[in-house]
Amino acid sequence: MTVNDILDILDATAIAGKSGLDNEVLTACGSDMMSDVLAFAKTQCVLLTGLCNPQVIRTAEMMDIVAIIFVRGKTPDETMIKMADEMGLPIVVTSHRMFSSCGLLYEHGLRGGIIDG
Amino acid sequence: MADLMELNYTVSNEDFTRAGEASSDVKKKLKQLGVSPDAIRKVAIALYEGEINMIIHAYGGKIKVTISENAITLVLADKGPGIADVEKAMQAGYSTAPDKVRSLGFGAGMGLPNMKKNSDQMDIQTEIGVGTTVTMVINI
Repeated sequence: MTVNDILDILDATAIAGKSGLDNEVLTACGSDMMSDVLAFAKTQCVLLTGLCNPQVIRTAEMMDIVAIIFVRGKTPDETMIKMADEMGLPIVVTSHRMFSSCGLLYEHGLRGGIIDG
Repeated sequence: MADLMELNYTVSNEDFTRAGEASSDVKKKLKQLGVSPDAIRKVAIALYEGEINMIIHAYGGKIKVTISENAITLVLADKGPGIADVEKAMQAGYSTAPDKVRSLGFGAGMGLPNMKKNSDQMDIQTEIGVGTTVTMVINI
């Protein structure tokens, strides 16, 4: 699955980092708690979150997150968009709630990665 | 062993939105040096967690990153309140962070355990009212 596929699946709009829309996505992580993202996210992972602040972009940068999906229509501000554009990190926004967004991606074959305790 | 590079940063606690700038810069430099992606990921996570901790708990501090041929050493020193119970602080889920920090997406009590998980060696020197120095070594 690519970030572009996710745009279709979630009726989402890309608002930053459009250079990375062809990035391949292998796993997904859904959380509003960045502490947990830093502890649990896997490689080539998309991050689904309803938290909307610059630390979400930083966390994604540190974890090599493939794309950020803001759920519940959360829209990042200009600072965040600029940060993501500089990193080539795609940001997509969907109106779907967290549960539905995760469910739709799961239905299309995306998984959460292996649990390693 | 000769050190190849030393990087120094001052972490300010005035603006939480800037948290992670040091980690971001270190990550870019390690990439330029051709350090393996696995080691870079470990350094990035450990350092970012440490940087966030300094801002949440210790009014900022200083970071020194030393890159040698075999390892990257991260020293995070602050003049904060110190850690009352290091053993407890190392437990996953234990947090003394205020609710305000939780609303920003941090303070789940995963910071120190995650720093330990991502480093090959970790040492914490802390004194109440004086400050805390965390040293982490990541082999490359």
